[in-house]
Amino acid sequence: MSDSATFDEMWGHGETPRAPYTAIEGWFSQEDPGRLRRKAREAEALFRLTGITFNVYGDKAAGERLIPFDIVPRVISGREWDRLSRGIEQRVRAINAFLHDIYHRQEILRAGRVPVEAIARNAAFLPEMIGVDPPGGVYTHIVGTDLVRTDEDEFYVLEDNARTPSGVSYMLENRETMLAMFPELFMKTRVRQVSSYPAMLHRSLCASAPGHANGKPVVAVLTPGSFNSAYYEHSFLADKMGVELVEGHDLRVVDGRLAMRTTQGYQPIDVLYRRVDDDWIDPLNFNPDSALGVPGIMDVYRAGGLTLANAPGTGIADDKAIYSYMPEIVEFYTGEKAILKNVPTWRCAEKEALAYVLDNLSELVVKEVHGSGGYGMLIGPAASKKELSAFRDKLKARPGNYIAQPTLSLSTVPIFTRAGLAPRHVDLRPFVLVSPEGVTITPGGLTRVALKKGSLVVNSSQGGGTKDTWVLEE
Amino acid sequence: MTTLGKTAGGLYWMFRYLERSENTARMVEVGQRIALTRSSDDDEWASVLQAAGTYDGYRAKHDELRRDLAIDWMLRDADNPSSVLSVVTTARDNARVVRTALTREVWEAVNEAYITLKQAMARRIGDRELQDVLRLVRQRAAFVRGATHGTMLRNDVYDFCRLGMFTERADCTARILDVKYFVLLPASSAVGSRLDDIQWETILRSVSGIGAYRMRFGQQLRPREIAEFLIHDRTMPRSLAFCARKLRENLDYLAEDYGARMHSHEVVADMNDKKLAQPIDAIFQSGLHEFLVDFQGCIASLSSQVEIDYRFYR
Repeated sequence: MSDSATFDEMWGHGETPRAPYTAIEGWFSQEDPGRLRRKAREAEALFRLTGITFNVYGDKAAGERLIPFDIVPRVISGREWDRLSRGIEQRVRAINAFLHDIYHRQEILRAGRVPVEAIARNAAFLPEMIGVDPPGGVYTHIVGTDLVRTDEDEFYVLEDNARTPSGVSYMLENRETMLAMFPELFMKTRVRQVSSYPAMLHRSLCASAPGHANGKPVVAVLTPGSFNSAYYEHSFLADKMGVELVEGHDLRVVDGRLAMRTTQGYQPIDVLYRRVDDDWIDPLNFNPDSALGVPGIMDVYRAGGLTLANAPGTGIADDKAIYSYMPEIVEFYTGEKAILKNVPTWRCAEKEALAYVLDNLSELVVKEVHGSGGYGMLIGPAASKKELSAFRDKLKARPGNYIAQPTLSLSTVPIFTRAGLAPRHVDLRPFVLVSPEGVTITPGGLTRVALKKGSLVVNSSQGGGTKDTWVLEE
Repeated sequence: MTTLGKTAGGLYWMFRYLERSENTARMVEVGQRIALTRSSDDDEWASVLQAAGTYDGYRAKHDELRRDLAIDWMLRDADNPSSVLSVVTTARDNARVVRTALTREVWEAVNEAYITLKQAMARRIGDRELQDVLRLVRQRAAFVRGATHGTMLRNDVYDFCRLGMFTERADCTARILDVKYFVLLPASSAVGSRLDDIQWETILRSVSGIGAYRMRFGQQLRPREIAEFLIHDRTMPRSLAFCARKLRENLDYLAEDYGARMHSHEVVADMNDKKLAQPIDAIFQSGLHEFLVDFQGCIASLSSQVEIDYRFYR
C-alpha cells in the first residue's frame, strides 16, 4: 500500500492501517466506489453553490475556481495533536516575544543570538513599529503554522505565517461538507469540533481591543475587495462573526479614530482584522499608490486608537531569512528547547552555505526569502537540467535572496481516485489565535494535498487540493 | 445596528438588476408572441428594444433589425449591460460584495440563478429552447424573491432591497407605457382595428397584467382603462401607484429606524401626492407622454437622492 521510504499516515510503512485510521479504512473498504464518486461530485456542486471559490491571479479567463476537495479525511490522534499543539503554542509565544523585543530593546541582537544584519537589512522589518505597543501586547492575533510530517514522530515547521494567513474557511467548510455527506462516519468516530473558530476569533479580537472600547469593541474585517483571491474567506469570516466587511474606500480617519461609512454617517471601529498586507494599508505611511488602505490609519494605530490584527511588521518573524534562527529564538524567550523541529536551512548569503547549495542543488529545495505561494521556488529533485542551471545563475547573482533546505520526504495520505485509494503528499496548517487571554489552537487545521502523483507542491494556486482534518477525541 | 453605505448601495442595485432580468425576459416573451401571432414583421422588435431601454445599444452594434439578433442582444449579449445574462451577473457580483448582509438562502438563490442561467445561455438560444430559458429566468428571480421574503430580517437591509426592486419596476412600467403611449392615445382612426387590440394586449402582457385586467375590467381592452390600470391601480403590483406607495413605505421604515427624514422622503411624497394624484383624464388631457417623461425623471431623482441620503458612495 505504500513504498517503505515514504511514511503514509494511513498505512505507516506497512500493510495494516495505523490505529487512528482503522475506522476510516474499514468504512472505505465497505463502501461502493460508485456511491463515493457520486458523493464527491455532490460535494463539488455544494462548494460551487456556497461560492467557496478563489480567483487565480493573472488568469482572467479562468474566473472563479474551486479548490479540489478530497473526501478521505486526514486523521491525527489525540495524543499526536496534544504534542503538536504544545509545540505550536510554544513557538507562537516565542514569536510574539521576539516581535516585542525586536521593536523595542532588541535584546536578542545584543545577545548575539540573531545577527544584526538579519534584521537591519530586512525589508520585512518595519521601522514605523519601533517603540509602538500594540493594545494588549499582542502582535500576531492569527497565525497559520505550516507543518509537515516525515515519519511516525517527526514533525517539522515549514513556515510560521504570521502576517495574514488564509485557509481557515476551507477548514470549516470542509468539515461542514463531510458532516453533510457522511454523517455516519461521525457516529462511529468522535472527532474534535472546529466550528467554534469564528466565535473564538471574535472573542480573541475583542479581548485585544484598545482600552477605550470598554468591553464593547466594534470589530470589522478589511478586505482588498471582491476580486481578491481570498475574498470568499473574508466575507465568510465577517459573516460568521457578525461584523462588517469593509474595504479601504469605506474607511476614513475621523477625529483620531478609524471610522466606517454607514448609512447614517461615519462610525468608529476599535479592532480591524485586516487582510491587506502592510505595504498597502496606509498610502500616507507606506505605498503611496495603494487604494486598498486608509490614509493615516498608522497614525491612529501608533496613538493607540485602534487594534490592527495582525500588527504591522509581524512579517519579520515569519521571514524566510529569520526562519533558520527559530530554534534560538524559541530558546531565548521561553528558556526551553523547541518542541517542534525546524527544517535544516542553508542561508545562501553565507559563503560556505552557498558553495554547499550550488554543489547539491539537485537534492535541495531553494526558496526565495520574500516569496510566497510556491512561486519563485526550486524543487531540485523535480527540476530539469535547464531549470537547475538557470537557478544556479540566479543564486550566484543574488545569494542573499535565497535559502535552501533538504527535500523532506513528506508523508502521504490516501486520496480517492478512479482507481481507488492512492497516496499523495500533504502538509498541515493549524490555525492559532492569540489574545491577552491566551493562545487557542483549533484542533486540526487545513490539510493541503498535492493531487498529482509524487508531487510535493500543495499550494492551491498550483493545483493542490484540500482534505478535512480530524483530530480524534480520546 | 449599522449598515455600511456600500452595503446599502449593493443591495439596492442587486435587487434593481434582479428585477430587470425578469422584466427583460418578459419583454422578449411579448416580442416573440407578436412574431408568432402576426405576419412576420421585425419592426415590432424596435419597440420591444425601446421598452427594454436598449434600442440605442442594439443599433450601435447591428445594422439590421432582426428577431434572432434582438433576442440574442436582450438575453445574452455581454455588450449589452442590460441583457439578462449581464444583469444576473451584475446582481450576483453585488451579492458577493454584500454577502454578509444576506442570509445564506438568499445568497445561494442568487448564486444558483447565476450558475444556472450562465449555463442555459452559454450558446445562442434557438426557438425551441426559448420558452424554457425564459421560464428559467422568471423562476430564478422568483426563487430569490421567495428566499428574501422568507428569510431576511425586516430591517434597514430589507428596506434597501425593496427600494431597489420597486424603483426598477416603476421605471420599467413607465417605460413600457411611454413606448406604447401612441397606441393608448384616444385617436379615433385606429380604434377597434385588429392591430390596436394586439398592441394593447402587448402592453398588458409586458407587465404580466392581462389576466388581472380582465378580472377587473372584463374582456374589452380600452386604452383609458389600461392606462388607469397601469398608472393608478393600487392592487396591481406593477402599477406606478403601487410601486410609488411601496417606495414611500420603505423610506418611512428607514426614517423610523434611523430617526431621521431625508430629502428622499420629500421626493417620494411629491411622486405620490402630486404626480400620481392627477386623474387619468387630466393626464390624457395634458399629454400622456409628458406625464410619463416627468414621472421617469422623478424616479431618477429619487434614485440619486437615496444614493446621497444613505451614503452609498460618499
